[in-house]
Amino acid sequence: MKLKDKLLASFMAFENKGDIDLDSNVHKIRTEAIETFEKLGFPTKKDEEWKYTSLKTILKNDYSVFPKIGKTVELKYVKEYFLHEIDSYKIVFVDGAYNSFLSDTTHEEADVCLLSAALKKPKYKMIIDHYFDNITSKKDGFSSLNTAFSVEGAFINIPKNTILEKPIQILYFSTGSEKEILLQPRNLVIVGENSHVQIYERHQSLDNNAILTNCVLEIFAHKRAIIDYYKVQNDKENASIIDNTYVQQRQNSIVSINTFTFGGKLTRNNIEVFHEGEHITSNLNGITIIEGKQHVDNHTVINHKYENCESNELYKGIYDDSATGVFNGKVIVDQKAQKTNAFQQNDNILVGDKASINAKPQLEIFADDVKCSHGCTIGQLDEKALFYLQSRGIPKKEAKALMLFAFGNDVVEKIKIPALKSRVTKLISEKLNVELGFEI
Amino acid sequence: MKYTEDDLKKELESKEYEYGFYTDIESDTLPKGLNENIVLAISKKKNEPKWMTEWRLEAFNIWKEMKEPDWANVSYEKPDFQAISYYSAPKPKKELESLDEVDPELLKTFEKLGISIDEQKRLSNVAMDIVVDSVSVATTFKKTLAEKGIIFCPISEAIQEHPELVKKYIGSIVPKTDNFYAALNSAVFTDGSFCYIPKGVRCPMELSTYFRINEGGTGQFERTLLIADEGSYVSYLEGCTAPSRDENQLHAAVVELIALDDAEIKYSTVQNWYPGDNKGKGGVYNFVTKRGICHNNSKISWTQVETGSAVTWKYPSCILKGDNSVGEFYSIAVTNNYQQADTGTKMIHLGKNTKSTIISKGISAGKSQNSYRGLVQINSRAENARNFSQCDSLLMGNECGAHTFPYIETKNKTAQIEHEATTSKIGEDQLFYCNQRGIDTEKAIALIVNGFSKEVLNKLPMEFAVEAQKLLEISLEGSVG
Repeated sequence: MKLKDKLLASFMAFENKGDIDLDSNVHKIRTEAIETFEKLGFPTKKDEEWKYTSLKTILKNDYSVFPKIGKTVELKYVKEYFLHEIDSYKIVFVDGAYNSFLSDTTHEEADVCLLSAALKKPKYKMIIDHYFDNITSKKDGFSSLNTAFSVEGAFINIPKNTILEKPIQILYFSTGSEKEILLQPRNLVIVGENSHVQIYERHQSLDNNAILTNCVLEIFAHKRAIIDYYKVQNDKENASIIDNTYVQQRQNSIVSINTFTFGGKLTRNNIEVFHEGEHITSNLNGITIIEGKQHVDNHTVINHKYENCESNELYKGIYDDSATGVFNGKVIVDQKAQKTNAFQQNDNILVGDKASINAKPQLEIFADDVKCSHGCTIGQLDEKALFYLQSRGIPKKEAKALMLFAFGNDVVEKIKIPALKSRVTKLISEKLNVELGFEI
Repeated sequence: MKYTEDDLKKELESKEYEYGFYTDIESDTLPKGLNENIVLAISKKKNEPKWMTEWRLEAFNIWKEMKEPDWANVSYEKPDFQAISYYSAPKPKKELESLDEVDPELLKTFEKLGISIDEQKRLSNVAMDIVVDSVSVATTFKKTLAEKGIIFCPISEAIQEHPELVKKYIGSIVPKTDNFYAALNSAVFTDGSFCYIPKGVRCPMELSTYFRINEGGTGQFERTLLIADEGSYVSYLEGCTAPSRDENQLHAAVVELIALDDAEIKYSTVQNWYPGDNKGKGGVYNFVTKRGICHNNSKISWTQVETGSAVTWKYPSCILKGDNSVGEFYSIAVTNNYQQADTGTKMIHLGKNTKSTIISKGISAGKSQNSYRGLVQINSRAENARNFSQCDSLLMGNECGAHTFPYIETKNKTAQIEHEATTSKIGEDQLFYCNQRGIDTEKAIALIVNGFSKEVLNKLPMEFAVEAQKLLEISLEGSVG
């Protein structure tokens, strides 16, 4: 049976499990979403947005749709995936199910808990009705599919005037208890006025079985809220992820989404930002360092709808072997959005002989008093600089790594959690296969 | 007497489209509609050999199966292909030996257009081929060119006289199956220019074609084929206008350039089709396929100034097949009122050490939409390919839009690509500076736009640069209030 048919067939069974009231709003949203998915299906290369990313190889697998629950993992095996050196809140899922043993949630200064609880408990009904599935695209097959099967994930609700001292870590592990598995986590983050939060998210499979993660994250930033979101993607070679992030910002808020992609078979990051007020800042940054036959596709859309807003995008990519990369950055400036500053930069280095990159930085501008620019470069390491380093006694491999590291450093510098910064630095040096010999 | 704003307004209203006159020339027009018989009739009228007729029919059959594309960032009422007359020729149509025999009405038309052939002939040393509606009416300087072995004639004539060249190259760059409008053009093209520069010859003068749609209810489908043999050089210009009409007229041309080893082709276009009135009524649909192929060490340079047409849809492209070949694209696209333009280029790098440069300047005013759509493709065997692209957009007023859709595809690690794009408006401080020095706002804007477009204007041959500069001013007049 084809994956689409299988999913459609299992929807009834899923809804009748009774995790939520059948006359609730959520049920209605899910039912509508499955109808949308039935209509749209999975995207193909004929869709302009999926022109350079073929899903054929990952959709042919016979994924198990409802993962078997019960397998647990010991901390010592997964410790390396946590930012264990710092004090933090943790929400951990194993094969799609919440693992209370590894987690550290709270309801004190803020709600850092589970979406399943929020969907069920009456005290969250207002919040769920107001925010849940509010900004996801209704024209995207993957997002609709996730909505239809949305049951578990992180629920983070920060009230007004709260500065969360501890960062939040969201981790998804898959143990490979089944050969092929489809996971669909759903995260909801609401940050109230004047509040501040830092979030770290990671999806990690613990063995080499095929896994497809179709994740949806909705972020709501209220007035003057500050959100720093970090995604680290360094998964096993059979793990693929379709990551959909939707952000809604109110006035004077600052949201930064940083994506670090070092591994995985196929990685697709969709980020869409909506502005609902003036003086908003949106920062999207990313580093991609991949090799082998890996494929990474970064798709960003920023919708400027109000005056005096700013967006900055900086994406760097290093592609070895026959890795393929895609960057598609769209900036839409509405007629009302005068005095917009939109800046977008995408730099790529092709290291491998068969590596390729497809970039499409796109501007759609309907307002005249704006400053918008985009830049895109594809090139190699400067031979002269390489020679200079070698002439100073640095071996070629290290010299190359040093230069590649410097190339990506603009993005690393933007990380505001020191522990994460040194973690990313370490990952980069591992990836470049050298000891950099310095700490950041 | 004081020059008031009202005076300016009046002046602008009357200055809309200078070339919007209609010349009453008796013309020979085929009935409206498109079917096999029309294709056969066109072929017969042109007295074409059998292979050409078959080629047309094949194209027509392909076209019937194709769907009109809708991916471009433009919206318009789809033309009704059965309501267009596919052939219109000024009468009397007889062999013209010299300019004296040309219909005096027609000559007046040219004078109005400011391109008196006589004058051009003497002053600017430009050889011209003029195409009105569907038929080539005058080719000048034929003799001088013939001495050098250069063939410059209407394509209908070339089909008769140089069938081996036409047969070899026509459709080799833009195949019949390429796209909807190319297929349509292949089936019904009525005339156009043909040019062949022999080995090692440097064409001593600018070659030029002038296109005009005159008759109502017609479409213009011309086909240009330009072959530069090894080591030759040619600079080619084309210009286009049409009278003001309420209806939308269709212009679907195909241009094919072939630059053999070490050859260089410079192709400049000043496109000034009727853009429709200030309410967006009428105007020409300009759907053009232009493509050139570069063999070893050759160079093709496209320069275009696009000020007219209600809808423009055009991507002059270079296939850099040979090693060390160079492709260039310089473009200014101006849209005002309700005009829409989706234009850009494709640079396909296949050979080693190939280079391409793209400079695109878009200016949008009024309620117009201006898009740049480009593709830079580096194939896996194109070692050391180099591309530089720059697309700048200037917005005037807050009802227009500027869009960029650059596609960059690289499959070779030695490629070096740079792409940058900016969007901005004319700075108030810039205007203030000019005003302060006694330059009125309208003039100041012309000045600033000129500066903005300079990089492209500089690439045009002298006579055209002046005309283009004027055109820019005219098309933007009244856009700032």
